[in-house]
Parts: sequence; C-alpha cells; structure tokens
Amino acid sequence: MAILEVRNLSKKFDDVQVLKDISFDVNKGEVIAIIGPSGSGKSTLLRCINQFEKADGGEITVCDMDMLVKDSKDRTVFSDAKTLRDIRLKIGLVFQNFNLFPHMTVLGNIIEAPVKVLKTPKAEAVEKAMELLKKMGLSEKANAYPYELSGGQQQRVSIARALALNPEILFFDEPTSALDPELTGQVLKVIKELAEEKMTMVIVTHEMAFARDVADIVVFMDGGYIVEMGTPEKVFGNTENERTKQFLSRYNNDVMSADE
Amino acid sequence: MTSEEIRKVTGLLLEHLLPTLKVFGFTLLFSVPLGMIVALLKMCKFKPISWLTNVYILIMRGTPLMLQIILVRYLVPMLRINENTPEWLRNILLEINIAGDNYLFNMIIVAFVFNYAAYFAEIFRGGIESIPKGQYEAAYALSMTKTQTFFRIVLPQVIKRIVPASANEVITLVKDTSLANVVAYAEITLVANQQMQYYSSITPLVIAGVFYFVMSFVLTVLFALIEKKLNYYR
Repeated sequence: MAILEVRNLSKKFDDVQVLKDISFDVNKGEVIAIIGPSGSGKSTLLRCINQFEKADGGEITVCDMDMLVKDSKDRTVFSDAKTLRDIRLKIGLVFQNFNLFPHMTVLGNIIEAPVKVLKTPKAEAVEKAMELLKKMGLSEKANAYPYELSGGQQQRVSIARALALNPEILFFDEPTSALDPELTGQVLKVIKELAEEKMTMVIVTHEMAFARDVADIVVFMDGGYIVEMGTPEKVFGNTENERTKQFLSRYNNDVMSADE
Repeated sequence: MTSEEIRKVTGLLLEHLLPTLKVFGFTLLFSVPLGMIVALLKMCKFKPISWLTNVYILIMRGTPLMLQIILVRYLVPMLRINENTPEWLRNILLEINIAGDNYLFNMIIVAFVFNYAAYFAEIFRGGIESIPKGQYEAAYALSMTKTQTFFRIVLPQVIKRIVPASANEVITLVKDTSLANVVAYAEITLVANQQMQYYSSITPLVIAGVFYFVMSFVLTVLFALIEKKLNYYR
C-alpha cells in the first residue's frame, strides 16, 4: 500500500529548476534514503511534500489524500488548509535544526500537538509522551528545557514530538547535519530502531553508511533529477550510472582521507 | 523655602499625581493593543495597507509628541470655525462637547495613544519578525492552525524578546506625561512650574523630579523582575 505517491513533481526558484519530473512511491514499512550532493534538491523535495515550498507542478498523494493534483484543465491545484492539516497529521517531520519550542519543556513540546490538535486528554498525552521519551532514552529529561539538552538529545525529542501524533510516515531532513559524530550516532541509533519496528520513513541524509545500512530503497538525486533509484546493494554496490559512481567515489575518498 | 512650605508643595504635587498616572495608565491601556494591530497591519501582505501604516508610523515618530498634543487639542475647535466644513463633518464636530469636563483629558489620551502605538508597533513587529521561520514550520508540521501557532508558539517568545525594549518605552512614557502641561492639563510638571514661580524657588521642580524618578525606578525594578521571570528558557 502506497502511503506517499509523488508524480512528475517540479519546482523552480526564479530561473533555477530545482526539481524536475520527480516520481516515486513510498509503501508502508519502507525506508527510503535520499542522497546526493548539496543543492541537488533533496531538501526542497521534502519541503514540497510538506508544502513549505509550493511545487509548480505534479501530483502528491499522502494516505489517499490529494495534496497536489491536476484538475480537468491541467492546472495544478493545492489542497485546502483543512486537508493540508489532515495530511500533515499523517506526516511526521524532523528538521535539521530540531526546531523545538524553546519556551516549553521537553514534555510540553511533545504533548502540545496531541492536546491542541488531536484534543487528546492531557493525562493520556503525557502518558504517551513519557513512553516515547523512554524509548528515546530521555525519561529523566521530561521537565528540562531544550536549551539544557545536547543537540543529539534535542533531535531525539523532536523525533518523539513527531511520533506523538502517530504519523503514517516520518520525514527526516538531514537529521544529523547539525550534530558532531558522537551525537550523530545516538540519533541514527534511534532511527534504526524505528526502521526495525517497520516505521515508514523518508530520510534525506549525507550519512552514506547509514543509508546503506537502514534503507530499503536509495534515491540518488543530482541537479533536481532522480538519477538513480534502487536497493542499497545496487546503488552502493554496483551502480552503472557514471554520476552515481562519481559522487560515491568522491564520498569514499573523503571518508578515507578523513580517517588518515 | 521653609519646611512647612515644602510639605505644602509636596502635598499639592501628590494631589496631582493622579492626573499624571491617569495619562500614563490610559495611554498604556490603549496603545499596547493598538500597537499590536498596527504591527500586524504593517506586516500585511496587501501592500497599500502596509504602506499606509508605514506613513502613519513615520509621521508619529517623525514629529514631536508635544506638537501632536497641541494639534489634537485644538483640531476640533479649529475645524469648527471653518465655513466650508461639509455637513456630515459639521455634525460630527458638533457632537463633540469641547466645553465638557473630559474633553481635554480625552484629547490628550488620543494624542498619546496614537503616538505610543506607533512605537509599540515597531517593537512588536521587530519581535514577531525575529522568531525563526523554523518555529512556524515546526508548528505547521504538527498540524497546528495559524491561530494556534501565533498564540501558543510565536507570541510567548515574542513577549520575552520585547520586554527590554518595552521597558524603555514605558519608562519614557512616565516622563512624557509631563508634556500634557503644554495644553494646561494640571499634572505634576504644570503644578511644579506654578509653585516654582510662586515661591521663586526651584525646590518644587526638584520635588517633581523626585516623583518622576521614583515612578521610573519602580517600573525599572518591575521590568527587571519580569525579565528574570521569563529567563527560565533561552
């Protein structure tokens, strides 16, 4: 069952075409890793699916709800505000910079949307939040404020916050790019656990080893196109695409020279 | 001045503390909400509204408050004597009882409120625009509505950020109330000035100064407390 369907998505910033004819599906339980050089359109793709950027054309369907469709006259039509909120309820989003609410405690951050949007009774929301925090290894931080946490802890709180709404699919927008290698490990471990629980996820990442390890499907983007899409074995192991080879070899060289 | 005279003057000034506080209180009461509205109008995406609001702010901040007070005070009587006044305007003007008890006070409040709203608007706008885009995106990603996002996520953070600048404005307002003396409103400065001339002594002015200083001091302490209370997060 496809949770997310993207068809022929395109997006221009001024004169620069940042997304060209992007099509892919995400089925329930699948983990998709999107890799590619900076500026290849990975983050813009996620932002278009969340409608933080307005796509110019194409179709997006999330859990059978149309976010972006073509009408009978071939015009691109966006969903109304109410439908958009319903759709976003199905999508959990984890940002590169966490974007926790600084004036709320960890617990406050997590229960805010369940209580205010889903109208979950507070006690119930707190119970669920505490469960999520336990899973994230942050039970003792429930009453801390975000500024008191490390980046890795903040990111795990933001994952818990996204999970609190029981999303059908989780998006990660370079979740570890703002973290040092040690903190990166903590966050990747949590994402890996979610993958093992068959959480449907789309992860934009520069962590190649992680993508290879955790993803069912790897999407390689460059210049606004999907250059290649396939299993990690195919993309990382024996790609026939020159651009993919070039990108991965440069990446491997970087890793090796960094190790020296 | 003898100590008996000083006591008398102090008592007299104390009696006129109320008119001063009335200008202060009513100005705050109306200019803060109006400032919020003006800030939102200035951020309006419909350009003519944003542009007009900007003209209003430019005029309010670009001309002296004292001038504005005098202008507002005499605007109605001056318009009244014009023979070319259209019928509808004449009717409105006739409604306003310039001999009424509250006329002077009301006009002073009008002048203060519109002036201070412009300053508050710029503080609020600065505060709202300083909230990172990521905060809105995080809220929208959690399916919060625009209203929920503004009141639950944005506004609390704005308040914390604007406290120091607002403190400045409020403390300035305490002292600006003295400008009302220009239209013969019997507040502390006007009375101190009269007493100075009566006794040929600067002592009444010094006492008035102490009054303003104490009020400003209390507000300074109050705002320091508020800042401290809001310091539980960064």
